[in-house]
This record gives sequence, structure tokens and C-alpha cells, in this order.
Amino acid sequence: MFDLDRWNEIFITISRNKIRSILTAFGVFWGIFMLVTLLGGGNGLGSLITGQMSDIASNSCVMWSGRTSEAYKGFRKGRWWQINNRDIEIIKAKVKGLDEISPIITPWSPTSDNVVRGDKKGTFSVQGTYANFNKIDKHTMQYGRYLNDLDVMYERKVCIIGQRVYEALFNRGEDPVGKDIRVDGVYYKVIGVGRGSDNFNFSGDKDEMITVPFTIMQKLYNYGDNVDNVFALAKPGVAVSEIQEEMETILKNNHSIAPHDRQAINSFNIENMLKQVTGLILGVNVLAFIVGMGTLLAGIIGVSNIMMVTVRERTQEIGIRRALGAKPSTIMTQIMSESFTLTAIAGFLGISFAVLILQLVDVGLAAGGEGTAVFQISFFTAVIAGLIIIILGTLAGLGPAFRAMKIKPIEALSEE
Amino acid sequence: MPTIIKLKNINKTYYSGAPLHVLKGIDLEINRGELVSIMGASGSGKSTLLNILGILDNYDTGEYHLNDVLIKNLSETRAAYFRNKLIGFIFQSFNLISFKNAMENVALPLYYQKTGRKTRNKMALEYLDRLGLKEWAYHMPNELSGGQKQRVAIARALISKPQIILADEPTGALDSKTSAEVLDVLKKVNATGMTMIIVTHESGIANQTNKIIRLKDGIIEKIEDNSEHNFSRFDIQNIK
Repeated sequence: MFDLDRWNEIFITISRNKIRSILTAFGVFWGIFMLVTLLGGGNGLGSLITGQMSDIASNSCVMWSGRTSEAYKGFRKGRWWQINNRDIEIIKAKVKGLDEISPIITPWSPTSDNVVRGDKKGTFSVQGTYANFNKIDKHTMQYGRYLNDLDVMYERKVCIIGQRVYEALFNRGEDPVGKDIRVDGVYYKVIGVGRGSDNFNFSGDKDEMITVPFTIMQKLYNYGDNVDNVFALAKPGVAVSEIQEEMETILKNNHSIAPHDRQAINSFNIENMLKQVTGLILGVNVLAFIVGMGTLLAGIIGVSNIMMVTVRERTQEIGIRRALGAKPSTIMTQIMSESFTLTAIAGFLGISFAVLILQLVDVGLAAGGEGTAVFQISFFTAVIAGLIIIILGTLAGLGPAFRAMKIKPIEALSEE
Repeated sequence: MPTIIKLKNINKTYYSGAPLHVLKGIDLEINRGELVSIMGASGSGKSTLLNILGILDNYDTGEYHLNDVLIKNLSETRAAYFRNKLIGFIFQSFNLISFKNAMENVALPLYYQKTGRKTRNKMALEYLDRLGLKEWAYHMPNELSGGQKQRVAIARALISKPQIILADEPTGALDSKTSAEVLDVLKKVNATGMTMIIVTHESGIANQTNKIIRLKDGIIEKIEDNSEHNFSRFDIQNIK
């Protein structure tokens, strides 16, 4: 029940010592503000990092050849070697945990103005992949479709162009599907426009990339049987490092590389990296929680302390009230309500202020085009923060309230 | 006249430090509507007796009946209830709450009876009016003179319509003129049938009451009938 008199009393006692109340409340305000802001910051940082990698399948890895570092089977060390089509077939046949495998060809830097359409031209890199590469590093299609298995099998001269390639070669709004463009002297039919939704790429920015079937590229660019990189995707529930190991064994076997040669094969494991990132984010969040909670507790202890002082100052008044018929529970409720009100007002202001700041960060990031990081806390987190404030505020009043309850009227009245 | 206060062999010992046997078997009966004073030197136990009468303190052995209710080993909550319902307190140092105005101070006992705000403020104004303080209702205690403060305290003691009024040195902090005024007020209140017990060490005050209870070293030395009000300031008739 809303008791106007009680709230009036609470307001009077809190405002009787304005500066002290404000300073005390500020401790709680700052504590919860720090807690919420730090938690938001931790989450935001996490979403910034994972947002950079949203396209790439988390259970995938990539491999490319290096130089051998050990002499083996009559070969001297320091030998260059290449992954080839045969390796891909053997891996596909032998590695059970493998879901998808795609060889990639990515020639080094393109020549100037290598892509032409009519009077429009630009400089863009080219990569050749299998159709299943889209399952590993995803294109978000704006027009048309991605490569399919038939494109690869029949060595069709078709291509997917990136968003910026489209902007350079086509008028705004023009449908590029079915149009021809010339890339490094060869005409390809555009079958789709795609873009990356993150900034993390294995083989260059998807927006500035032209993707063609692996098979035609291998022939046109004189790769013979060779492959630049191999991308592999593990089956659900299979650890990437497991298939990675099997693949390396096969490659080493095929190319007479010493089994313990660590430098002959380069690889990169997304799973491991994500694990590290997740661990980092967790660490940041735990730290944020400890620091924020510590600050908040310091504020709450401040409230408890001040309430103790208040009770001591008000001993005589409490004694008078008791003599006039105030029950111990009435006095206790009074003190608890004061502590609770002070904490709740400061706490909810703190949460609101933190939410405002986080929102400003989000809006600022969005306006700056820095992607879709979310620093704002969830509604659930805000509710939890509110509950923490309510519980701590009540606890802060508990000690002082018990002390006030123990005040005996005669002792209080004899204390002049 | 029916008895309102009945004390039977009340004993009280304080145990802070060396045990101090303050009340050593008090037997006392006070009738409804009496005007009684309790006198005694400091250390005679008169404050302790008043605290026990006011249910502000417990006693060790004996029986205390107030309004035919045995007051013994009450919980704090129950004691608070009886204090609120049965007893009106008047203190030497007034004990008004400094951040509440006169009306709010007077209304406070009704607040603890859960009387609505409007009703209790209206009643408080009535009581202040009866004590001639209507214009001062919205003044804070520090804007009032000592006599006015004590009259506010009297109004506060009366507002819950108690069975007895306990006054602890009600004029102790006042000059002789205001003392006389306050005493007049108390006598008028007594004239309406209210039982009143005044603790004092001033013979002049005691002389205005109808019965004087003399305490000495924790026992009642004697109870004097003073309906003639001829009690000497110097206690001459006690000198043989």
C-alpha cells in the first residue's frame, strides 16, 4: 500500500542532509554506472570481434604449402612444393570427418585495370573456387546466384562480382546478371553480385573480388595441377584440429615430407582462433564484472555507513518515537526504506545513464559505418542490474535498521 | 474511586557494573483521577519508578497492573502498543521532534495508531487550540518558547486520550512564571478526570498536587495527603 506519510518522512530525512545524501548516492550511482557500462563495453568488444568473422564458418581451416625444413626420402631441406588436385581427391576420399573441401586459386596482385566492361574498368583480384566454398566463407548475394557444381564441372566462364566491382562496372540499379565482363583478357558472364558482411577475409575483400570456377581458372592462369590454398570444413561435432591433422598427414605422405616437419605446411584454424577470442571476451567480461561489482559494493557500503551515522544522530528522535508508541518494526521499516530509497534512486539513475552512454556509442558506431557492434546491454541485463540494486539497497539498510531497532527509549531519552 | 495503578512489591536492580538495587519493594496504589507527585533526592529511584510506570523499562519482581492489565515481560511491540494507548508522556526537555512543526509533533501518537492524515491533523489543531497555541501550529519547535514547547508536549500527551499522564520534571527547564502556567494547564487537565503523576524535586510543585509520594533509597518513605496544599517548602512539619 502506498503510504504517503511514510514516503514523506523518508523524503524529509533524506533531504535534511542534502549534501551528504547526494554524495552517498553518488557512490551507488557511479558503482552501478561502472558495472553496466563495463558489461556493455565487454559485450560490445566481443560483438565487434565476432562481427568481423560472421561470414566464416567456425569449424573450418585453411592450408597452404611452405618450404620443407627437414631432409626426407632423399630430398634436401628447403624444398618448395605445391598442393595439387590429386591431394584434394585423396583427402576427400580418406578423411571421414570432412564435410566440405574447396581448393582455391588466388594469383598475386592483379595488373592495373584488369577488369573491363565497355568504357568502364577497374583493378580487382580474382579467385577460383568450388561451389561449396560459399559454405566456408559466405557471400551475401545481392543479385543472381553463387557458383554451382555444374559451373565448376563444365569449366563455365561465369563469375560472381563483388559489390564494389559492380559499382565500378555497372550503372546504379542496373541488373548485371547475364552481362559479360572482361577479366585479364578473358570474357566471363556475370551470374551474381555478392558482398561480405564482415571485414575478416582469407583471400581478400569479397567486395573487391571476382570469383570464378576453380577449374577454368586453373587452366586459364596456367596453374597446371596446382592449388594455392585448401579450405576444409569439418562435419558438425568433429573438431577441426582432428581433420586438420589427418589432412596434413596425407599431404606429407603424398609429397615426401618428413612427418615432423612443422614448416612445410602452413595452416590456420578458425576454431582455435574463435576459442581464443571467446576466452578473451569472457576474460574481459569477468574483469568488468569484478571491477564494476567492486565499485558498486563500495558505494553500497557507503550507504550502509551513512545510515549507521544517521541512526546514531537520530537516537533521541527514535527514542521519542518509541516512547510515543512506534513499534520496533515501524522504526526498522523506516530505516530500511530510507536506505532502499536512496540506493534505488541513485541506482536507477546510474543504470539509465549507463544505458544512455552505451546507446550513444552504438549510434556513433553505426553513423561512422563501423559495422554492427552492439554495446548496449540487453533488457534482461538491465533487469538483473535493477534487482542487484534493490537487493543491495535493502541489505545496506539491514545493519543500521537493526541498530535502530535496539535503541531503548529510556537510553535515548536520557541522552541529552 | 477505582484504582488505575497497582504496584505490588516491585523490585529493580541494575547490573551495569556493580549490581545496584534501585527499587526495593514498592507497593503503591493510585486511583483514577488523582493528581500525585513523586518526590525524592536524586538516586532515590524516582526516575526508575517513572520508567516502570511508563512501560519504558522492565522490573525484576513484583506485579504492576495498569488499568487492570498486568504489565510484565511485555514484548517491545506490545509495550509500544500500551504506551501509545494508555500513557501520555511529558518530559523535562520537551522531546519534540525538531524537524516537525507543532501540529505534526502533536499528531505523532495518532500516526502510530494509523489514524489518517487529515483526521489526526484536525485533532492536533483542536488540542493546540485548547492549549492556546492555534497560531503556532505551523511553527517549528525552535521557534517556540520553553512554555510553548511544553504546552505542545502536553497536547501531544493528551491527543491519544491516555489513561494516565506521566510528567518527568515538567517544569524543570522553565522559569517560575512559565512553570506556574504549565502547572495550571496540568491541573486543568487533571480536573477533567485525567490521572496525573508528576515527578519533581521542587516542593513548590509538589505542594500543588493532592498526594505526595516520598521515595528514599528505593522504598516509599511515606505517602502524604496534601489536599490542603499546606505542604511546606522546607518540610517543617516533618521536623519533630
